Amino acid sequence: MVLEQLIAITEKEKKARKEICIRCCMAAGCMSSRGAEIKESIEKAVSEKGLQNRIEVRRVGCMGSCGQGPMVGIEPAGLLYQHVTPENAASIVEGLSGGSAEAELGDPKHPFFSRQKLIVCANSGRIDPERIEDSIEAGGYLTLQHVVSELQPSQVIDAVLKSGLRGRGGAGYPTGLKWGTVAKSPGTRKFVVCNGDEGDPGAFMDRSVLESDPHRVLEGMAIAGYAVGADQAFIYVRAEYPLAVSRLQTAIRQAKHHGLLGNGIFESTFNFNVELRIGAGAFVCGEETALMASIEGRRGQPHPRPPFPAESGLWGFPTLINNVETYANIVPIVKKGPDWFASLGTEKSKGTKVFSLTGKVRNNGLIEVPIGITIREIVEDLGGGAPDGAKVKAVQTGGPSGGCIPVEHFDTPVDYESLVGLGSIMGSGGMVVMDEHTNMVDVARFYMQFCMEESCGKCIPCRAGTVQMYELLTKIVERRGTRNDLEQLEELCDLVKHTSLCGLGQTAPNPVLSTLRYFRNEYLELLNKEVQESGSSGVQEQKT
Amino acid sequence: MSKPKLATVWLDGCSGCHMSALDMDERWIELASLVDLVYGPLVDTKEFPENVDIVLVEGAVSSEEDLEKIQKIRKQTKTLVSLGDCAVTSNVPSMRNRFPVPVVENRSYRETAQLNQQVPREVVPRLLPKARPVHEFVKVDVFVPGCPPSADTIYYVLTELLAGRMPDLTNLTRFGA
Amino acid sequence: MAKTLTINGQHVSAEDDQTLLEAALDAGIKIPTLCRLEGLSEVGACRLCLVEIAGSAKLQPACVTKVVEGMEVQTDTERLRKYRLMILELLFAERNHICAVCVANGHCELQTLAQQHGMSHVRFSYLYPQADVDASHDRFVIDHNRCILCTRCVRVCDEIEGAHTWDVMGRGTNSRVITDLNEPWGDSQTCTSCGKCVQVCPTGALFEKGKSVAEMAKRREFLPYLTLMRQQPR
Repeated sequence: MVLEQLIAITEKEKKARKEICIRCCMAAGCMSSRGAEIKESIEKAVSEKGLQNRIEVRRVGCMGSCGQGPMVGIEPAGLLYQHVTPENAASIVEGLSGGSAEAELGDPKHPFFSRQKLIVCANSGRIDPERIEDSIEAGGYLTLQHVVSELQPSQVIDAVLKSGLRGRGGAGYPTGLKWGTVAKSPGTRKFVVCNGDEGDPGAFMDRSVLESDPHRVLEGMAIAGYAVGADQAFIYVRAEYPLAVSRLQTAIRQAKHHGLLGNGIFESTFNFNVELRIGAGAFVCGEETALMASIEGRRGQPHPRPPFPAESGLWGFPTLINNVETYANIVPIVKKGPDWFASLGTEKSKGTKVFSLTGKVRNNGLIEVPIGITIREIVEDLGGGAPDGAKVKAVQTGGPSGGCIPVEHFDTPVDYESLVGLGSIMGSGGMVVMDEHTNMVDVARFYMQFCMEESCGKCIPCRAGTVQMYELLTKIVERRGTRNDLEQLEELCDLVKHTSLCGLGQTAPNPVLSTLRYFRNEYLELLNKEVQESGSSGVQEQKT
Repeated sequence: MSKPKLATVWLDGCSGCHMSALDMDERWIELASLVDLVYGPLVDTKEFPENVDIVLVEGAVSSEEDLEKIQKIRKQTKTLVSLGDCAVTSNVPSMRNRFPVPVVENRSYRETAQLNQQVPREVVPRLLPKARPVHEFVKVDVFVPGCPPSADTIYYVLTELLAGRMPDLTNLTRFGA
Repeated sequence: MAKTLTINGQHVSAEDDQTLLEAALDAGIKIPTLCRLEGLSEVGACRLCLVEIAGSAKLQPACVTKVVEGMEVQTDTERLRKYRLMILELLFAERNHICAVCVANGHCELQTLAQQHGMSHVRFSYLYPQADVDASHDRFVIDHNRCILCTRCVRVCDEIEGAHTWDVMGRGTNSRVITDLNEPWGDSQTCTSCGKCVQVCPTGALFEKGKSVAEMAKRREFLPYLTLMRQQPR
C-alpha cells in the first residue's frame, strides 16, 4: 500500500456514493432490537421501488441514542428515525419517495446531539465498520501513512504529550508520558496492548467504539507501535462482546490484506502485527497486570507494581497498555495537531470523553462531550433528567471503582481531578443516573456484590474483606444492622482501600464511601434501633 | 459489703472449660473467700440470678435455648467472659455448620441410633441454623481463648477482674491452646 | 553498591538489589509475612508485610519493594498493626479454622501470628463456607477448611519440584487450590509425591497422613538447601 492507493480507494468510494444514504444502526444495542431485520426490510423496500441507483442502505455503528433505538438516519436530509421496527421500516423509504413515513421521527437538533463534540465517535454511526473502504474514505490510515513516512517516533510522542491526552481507561495517566517511558525502556522487543476488557456495570463506550469504528483503534495502535518501537500488538476484548470481536477480526483481516498492518507498512521498515485475545469473563483482567498475565496464557491475576508494564510487561518486555478510547484519540491528535486537541477540555484534562449514560435518565445512550462539561449539563440537558417526572438524586461515575455524586454537586465540571475531589473517579466512562426512588445503600451493596464476585482471590483484604462488607451491607439493607456494623463497615473500607494489591481492591470501597459521605442518613435510617444488649463492666475495654 | 457474685454457664461445649476451672484445685478455696458462686453446673440454683458481677460462659450459642440463656445472662451480668474457644470462636460445635440442621439431626438421632430412631421434638432444644460464638449475639467483655484455657489462665482472669483490672492474655493463651 | 536507609528510625545498610524485607531481616527487624517463604518467588498477596515509606502515600509490601538509598521506612506503626490484625481476623472468618482439632496446632503460622498480634477473638462474622477434604493421596491430605490461599504449595511445586501439580481455581473467596485440572490428588498424573507442598504450607491445610492433632510440625530445611545448591556454579 502506498499513499496513491489510499487516495485511489477514497476516490472510488466517493464516486460510488449515491444521492441518498440510509444509515441503519447495527451496533449491539440496535441489533438486539431487530436492527438486522430493519436493514433488510429497508433494502427490500428500496429494491422493490427500484431506487437502488438513488439510495444506498448502509450498515453503520452506534448513533448514540441507544435508548431510542433502533435508529435509522437519512443523509443528506439529516433525518433521524427512532424506535424503528421491521414493520414500519419500509415506510421510511416511502417517505423518501413522496409518501409518508410512519416511523417515529427523532430530533437531531436535541441537545443530546447538539451538545456533543465528536472526536472519538466522529465516524461512529456514519461509516460501515465492516468495510475498510468506508474507513479509508473517511480519512482512515492517512495519518498512519504520514507518521510512518514523515515523522520520527519522538515527534509522535511529543505530539501526544503536548496534546495533554490522558488515559481514558480511568486513572488518567498522561498518555504521552507512558509512551515516552516505553520508548525509552530498554528491550529487545516491545509490545503494544489495547485494553478492551471493559467490565464496569453500565459501561459500553469501548464496545461501541470497537463495533462502530475498529479501524480508528487499529490505526491508533499502529501509530503507538511506531512511536514506542513495538512490532507486535494485542487487543484484549472480552468474550461478552461478540460483535466487537467479529468486527475487529474483520478489520484486522482487511487491514492486513491491504498491507496496512503486517510487515513493511507503507513501504517502510515498520512492521506491526495485531492479534486479538478474547477475555474469559473476569473483570479483574481489565487491570493491566492481570490482563497481561491472561494474554500470556496464565491465570488472570494482578501482580504488584513496580515493575510497571512500561518497563517489564508481556513476557518481561516493555509494554504499552492503553485503553480503546485512548487509541481512538490518537489519529485526530496527530492529524489536527496537539494544540487543537489541547484547546478542548479543561486545564488539566484535555479533549473529550465518551460516556455511556444509563439508569434513570430519559435519553440514555452513548455521548461524547468536551471534558469540563458539568454533570448537570450531561444529566439534565443531554439526558433530559429522570423519566416519569421523578427527581434525579445522584449519578454514579466510574463503575464499581467510582462513587455516587449527589445532585448538589452537579455543577461540578467533569474532569479527572474534580471527580476525585468528590470521592468518585472519571473511570472509563460509565455514568449511571439514580432518581429519588433509588436506595443508595442498596446501590452500594450492588457494587460491593460485583467487587466480591469479581475479586480474583489473590490478596486477602480484597478477597475476604469484600465478602464481609457485602454481608454487612446486606444486614443493613435488611434492617438488621447495628451501629457497630456500620462502624465495622467503615473500618473495612479503610482496610481494603489501603491494603489491597490492585486497583480493583483499592477502589472497591469507593461506592460505599461515597454513599456514606453524601447519603449517610439513608444508612442510619436503616439501622436497627434496638440497641444491642450490653452490660456495663466495671473494667476498661479489653485489647482488640 | 457482700462479695461479688460469680456465675458459670455451659452452652454448646464439652464442659472441658469447667473441668479446667476445677483444675484450679485449692485455689477455689481462696476464690470462695473472694466471690459467691451463685450459678452454674457446679451449683444447684435453677434460675440465673440478678445482678451477677462476673459470668464465665463456656460453649458456643447453638440452640434456641442457648440464645435465650445468653440474652438473659447478658442482661443480668456486669462482666461477661467468653471462656474457651467454643465461646470465643464456636470451635468444634461449628463443625456441624456446613450441614443443614435436618441433616445433623438425622445423623444424630436416626442414622446412628440403635433404638428409638426419631428426632426429638420436645425437651431437647431446637438447633439454630449455625453454632456461632457468643459475641455474635451479645456484647462480650473479656475473651479467653483456649481449648481449654488452663487453670492458671482462668485463675489469672478471675483475680484480675476481681481486682478491677482487664487481664492481658496475649502470652497466656491462644486459639487451640 | 550498598545502600543505606532507616527502618523504624534505625540506620540499616542493604545490598543493592535487596528487598525491604530482606534488609529488615538482616538488621534483625521482623516484619510479619504469610505468603512469603524464602526460596520461593514473591507474590505480595497476604499484605501483612505492608510498610509505610516516607513520601509515599501508599503502603508498600516489603517483600517486593526494593530498597532505595535514603528510604525512611516504618514497619510497626499503630495503623499497620491494626491492618495486620484485621487481615488475620479476615482469614479466620473466611474458612473453618478450628485450632483445637488441627494437626498443625502449635505449629501453625496463622495461629502464631494471631497470638503475636493479640487477637483475642474475631470481630467479623464467621462465614462457615463449604470446604472439602481430599484424602485421596496415599500419604498426604489437603483440608481446604484450613487453606489461606497463600499459594506456597503452588509455587514450590512449580518452582522447586518442577511438577506444577498445584494451581488455583475459581475466583475471590471461592478460590481453591487444586491438583492438576481439579482432579483428586490421588489421581494426579503429575504429582511426584515429594511432599514439598506439605512442608511449606503455613497451616494445617496440607498434612501427612497419620499425623494427629498438633503433631504436624513442618520441615522446611530442604528449601534453603536446594536454593543454595542450585546457585552453585557447575
